[in-house]
Order: sequence, then C-alpha cells, then structure tokens
Amino acid sequence: MNGLLDHAFMRHALLAALLVGIVAPAVGTYLVQRRQAIMGDGIGHVALTGVALGFLLRTSPVWTAVAVSALGAVGMELIRTRRRAGGDLALALLLYGGMAGGGLLISLAPGASTASLTGYLWGSILTVSHADLVAMAALTVLVAAFCFGLRRQLFAVCQDEAFARVTGLPVRTLNLLLAVTAAVTVTVSMRVVGLLLVSALMVIPVAAAQRIGRSFAVVQLLAVVVGVLSCVGGTVGSYHLDLPSGPTIVVAAMALLAGLAVLAAVRPVLARARTGTMAQGESVRPRAHNREPQETR
Amino acid sequence: MCQVTPLAMRGVHVNRDGRPVLGGLDLTVRRGEVVALLGGNGSGKSTAVQAALGALPLTAGRVELFGTPPARFRAWRRVGYVPQRSTATGGVPATVREVADAGRLAHHGLRPFRRDDADSVDGALDAVGLLDRAEDPVDSLSGGQQQRVLIARALAGRPELLLMDEPLAAVDLAQQRVLADTLAAEAARGTAVLLVLHELGPLADLIDRSLDLGVAA
Repeated sequence: MNGLLDHAFMRHALLAALLVGIVAPAVGTYLVQRRQAIMGDGIGHVALTGVALGFLLRTSPVWTAVAVSALGAVGMELIRTRRRAGGDLALALLLYGGMAGGGLLISLAPGASTASLTGYLWGSILTVSHADLVAMAALTVLVAAFCFGLRRQLFAVCQDEAFARVTGLPVRTLNLLLAVTAAVTVTVSMRVVGLLLVSALMVIPVAAAQRIGRSFAVVQLLAVVVGVLSCVGGTVGSYHLDLPSGPTIVVAAMALLAGLAVLAAVRPVLARARTGTMAQGESVRPRAHNREPQETR
Repeated sequence: MCQVTPLAMRGVHVNRDGRPVLGGLDLTVRRGEVVALLGGNGSGKSTAVQAALGALPLTAGRVELFGTPPARFRAWRRVGYVPQRSTATGGVPATVREVADAGRLAHHGLRPFRRDDADSVDGALDAVGLLDRAEDPVDSLSGGQQQRVLIARALAGRPELLLMDEPLAAVDLAQQRVLADTLAAEAARGTAVLLVLHELGPLADLIDRSLDLGVAA
C-alpha cells in the first residue's frame, strides 16, 4: 500500500474512487426504489454527447457533460410525469440519441475522433488531476447533502408520489432535483468507471445491500459502504493486477453482491443481528416475527 | 376552531382523456361524519377522490378543502389520504415504520423528523394493530396488513379529513373489523371520513351517509 500512495496519480485516483463510491449508490438507492434502475445508463449515454460537445467547443468536457446530461435527465423526468407509459421509450431515445449525438459531434471536432471518447466510455481514473478532484469533491458534497439530508422526503416521493403530493411536499421540484443530481453523479463518476459502466455503480451496491438490509435507511448506508469498498478495492486491484479500473471496480461490486447473497442465504440470523445494530436509535423493540430477509423482486 | 366544512364538492365535472367521468357530483363531508362513495368499476369513485385533492383539473364545479380550493390549499396536515392500494412496497426494502413515517411529512416538511412525529407514528401503528411489526419490512406483510400500514400512514398525521380509496381491498373480514373500530374512533374524535368502497361490509354500521355513483357513465 505504501508504494501505491507514493504516486500522486494513485492518490488522486483513490480519492476519486472514494467520492464516486459514496455518491453513486446514494443516488442509485432512490432510482432503484422508483424502479428506474436503468436511468443512470440513459443519462450516461446522453453525457457522451456532452463530452463530444466539450471537444467541439474546446472547453472542459466535464462541464459540458454535466449540462447536457442534466438537460437529458430533466427531459426524461418531464416525459415520465406527463405520460407514464412512454417511460421506457423515452429512455431508449436518450440512449441512442446520446450515443449518436456523441459520435456525430466528435467527428466534427478538430483533431478529435471516436478514439478520444474511449477514456470517457471506459474511464481513465489515472488521469484525474488535482483540479478534477476539487470539482468532484464539491459536487460530491452537494449530492450527498441532498441525498442524505432529504432522505425522508425523497423516500416518500420515490415510494408513493400520489401520497407525497397530498403531504404538500414540492414533489415536482424534488423529482427534478433528483434527476439533476443523478446527472451530476454520472458525470462525476465517468472519469472513474466510464459512462458505459456508470449505472452499475448506482445499482449493484444497492442490490448487494438489499441482500441483508431490511430498512431503506440501512440499505442506503450499506450500499454506500459496498460502493466505497468496491471503488477503492477495485482501484487498488487494478493497480496491482494491471487491469482497467472501471471494469475491475464493477467486478468487485458484483463479487460483494455475490458474497452478501451467500451470507444472507447461509446466515440469516447473523444478518439480522447486524442490521439490527445499525438501525436507528430506539429500534430495540422485539421483532414479532423472525423471518428471513426479504428477497427482492 | 371555527367549524369549516372539511370537504365540499359542488357540481363537479371531470373529463379523463376527453371522456366525461364525473358529471355534476355534489358531496359534503362534515366533521365527525363518515360518508361512503359507492359505485361499480369505472363509475368515477377514485376520480372523485383525486378531484377532491386537486390532483385532476375540473371542467366545471368547485371543490373546497376546509373552505379553500385545493390549488390554494396549504394546510395539508389536516388531510389524510389512503391511495388505492398498490404502493406499500418499492424497489428497495422499507420497514413498516419508514412507510408510516411519511405520514408526518405534512407536519415537518423539509425540516427534520422529531420526537412528537415519532410518537404520532407509534400511535397510528398501534391503532391499526401493527406496532409490533414496526421494524419489519413492509413486503413481508400480507396484502391486508400492507393496507393497514397505508392507513396508519394517513392516521399518523392526525388528520381532520381522511380520504380512503378502497381501503378494504385485500383486507380479510377480521381485519375489516379492526379497521371499522379504528375508523369509529377517528370519527368519534371529530375526523371527517370519506370512504370509497365496493361494498359496505363490516363498515355498514359506521357509515352516516352513502352516495352511489352507479355504473360506468
């Protein structure tokens, strides 16, 4: 580990991985709750158009990606609220439109080609600069404050929108903010895991946490733990094994998911005890029924 | 507190997809009154509830919640709503308590959840007989129990007007009786209750008035 931290690029990479490990599952929990697990992928493809636009305009691709993917996410949210049935069609349009837009714009950019996009598609964690890190850290703080600070409100909106409206919550505003937050998360994460695998970090840690978590709050926290472990572990692993970071991180997350699934199947008693101690405050009431942790559908 | 009528609907017309669903509904629910809205599938029962909450545009007529049209109504803490059953579970597990906690959002809004919020949730879960299941995941409960969680969520806000859309769906007879007792206690407290029902069942004794929307228009 010492040798690892001697390199500035590795210190940057590990910090970037840590930040992404926190934000991606924190936002992803709400998307999975609303059964929009693939939304991150749609945003990721739209972000590609933003990256290409950055090359074309000769500005930082990160900021054009933030802007374009936020527009895409807001557009998707508007389509979702207007006409429920068109949701997956809207997603398909974003996926292909984003990919085609990216390919088209990059061919127009002077001195760039589709090869320029590879680092964004698959991630290039070793090229994260100090300035990148500062921007990522700032965005991470905003995303985390939103996701954890408004947990009850966002939970209610994602769980039962009709009910949330009748509580007087600004449901539409919260939905749009969540869409923009997801877009920001995707662009923060693209340097680390790449746009093609971004959605995996928003979904797999949540799926893993669900193996042993019984409450929403615990699943969200556990998902962040799984996200951080797989991002940092995957980055260290990719350094030692000379593998690309993005796929290594995602495989690490899958391995944690498999491990937790086995744990949940083999030791339900142990799993319950753990989540019990992590649940909030006064939850020491005896459980009326000792059931196995619920399988997700 | 002045005695404003919790829910008043006058000559309410609602179209859905260009088709008239409600054609001139008059409905009043006063304090302590339990009113049943009956009718076949497609007769507009759920539409009436959504119109009452301002979730659908009216083509004619007016709705007042405590004397205020829904669009300008802000005192949502006075209203409890049990949507038509479907949404007790989501893509991520949640405990009974977490779902019921959402019933306090009209009180704490964007501010943190407090001790008195927790006490109200405990009271509501107790009222529907699910306090001992508070830390269990909602999807480990039966359909009828999940329905009671949604009722507890509405009760947690200690509403003065309770709108319940088909609260008996998937609830067996024994649990319908538990629910009847809960509602009787609410009405005795002065809560105005509007129930959308397929059939009266064990709630018949409780109901002061009923309005039959008939079959589909």
